[in-house]
Amino acid sequence: MFGLFKRRKSKDELKERLKLVLSYDRAKLSPGNVEELKRELLTVIKKYFPAADGDYDVRVEQQGERMVLIANLPVKGA
Amino acid sequence: MNAKAIVVTSGKGGVGKTTTTANVGAALARLGEKVCVIDTDVGLRNLDVVMGLEGRVVYDLIDVFEGRCKLKQALIRDKRVDSLYLLAASQTRDKSALSEARMQETVRTLLEDEGFDRVLIDSPAGIESGFQTAASAASGALVVVNPEVSSVRDADRIIGLLEAREIPEVRLIINRLRPEMVKRGDMLEVEDVLEILGVKLIGIVPEDEKIIVSTNIGNPASLEDASKLGAGTAFRDIARRLKGEDVPYPSFEPQGGFLAGLRRLFGGA
Repeated sequence: MFGLFKRRKSKDELKERLKLVLSYDRAKLSPGNVEELKRELLTVIKKYFPAADGDYDVRVEQQGERMVLIANLPVKGA
Repeated sequence: MNAKAIVVTSGKGGVGKTTTTANVGAALARLGEKVCVIDTDVGLRNLDVVMGLEGRVVYDLIDVFEGRCKLKQALIRDKRVDSLYLLAASQTRDKSALSEARMQETVRTLLEDEGFDRVLIDSPAGIESGFQTAASAASGALVVVNPEVSSVRDADRIIGLLEAREIPEVRLIINRLRPEMVKRGDMLEVEDVLEILGVKLIGIVPEDEKIIVSTNIGNPASLEDASKLGAGTAFRDIARRLKGEDVPYPSFEPQGGFLAGLRRLFGGA
């Protein structure tokens, strides 16, 4: 009921997009490179975990002063 | 800010660097400082017209750099405030005429020999040599940003370059804020911009038609505008904070009407 007047604020969407694009900018990475990294990671992982699927989440994230690569790699499907 | 030489920069063009330089410079001079504003946008000079001093330009920054005149001869005294001076950019040359060494020497002479308290350096847009030269003489920076996508992204890039230059005092001015859009959730809030860019705030300037009017007549709004929530007052507040005064930020939030109140009541907004 309270959701009746709610809509997604455009500024929240902008904030998310900015955070993502700035983390790539700061890491001097292009989003395309991360896609490639993802594919290469998949090849390596599959070598050791043949049951691994491609449902990977790989991204660069700003954590305070540090820039970290976060990879969530399921090695056995559900 | 302790910095006496401060570069005004943004990365993106058209966000208000020149307006900020003119208004903060004029306000600092009105507060008693001897101030020189330097236009480093060689080939695209505008600080002279924004300040209404275009008719007085005889020599420019490049003339000083290349020894065609003495530094003193190129300093243009403001019409309204005695302690405010302009050093114009050359309109007929390009940015290749700039030199970091000459820039540093000029700023040092202004501060040490000519008795200036503060030098504001209006940087050209971009991240190339023009910006680099402007930043090379500075120990502080005012980064001007508009609360929209390209300006914030470019500001982040500029902040990185200022950090690489090890400029100790970097402060953020959020310019052209539209409170009614912020309230609707269609513009980044001040807190959002600060969270994204991670730089200390020194000013919030609302979008204000008076800036266009005052620019039309070449008279910085910070010298005239008395309205509490106007851009002129916001620029004056920046000058006071720059001098170390603790000036509170006014609330720019517009008073909501009946509908806005209802929406809040029902958990929206």
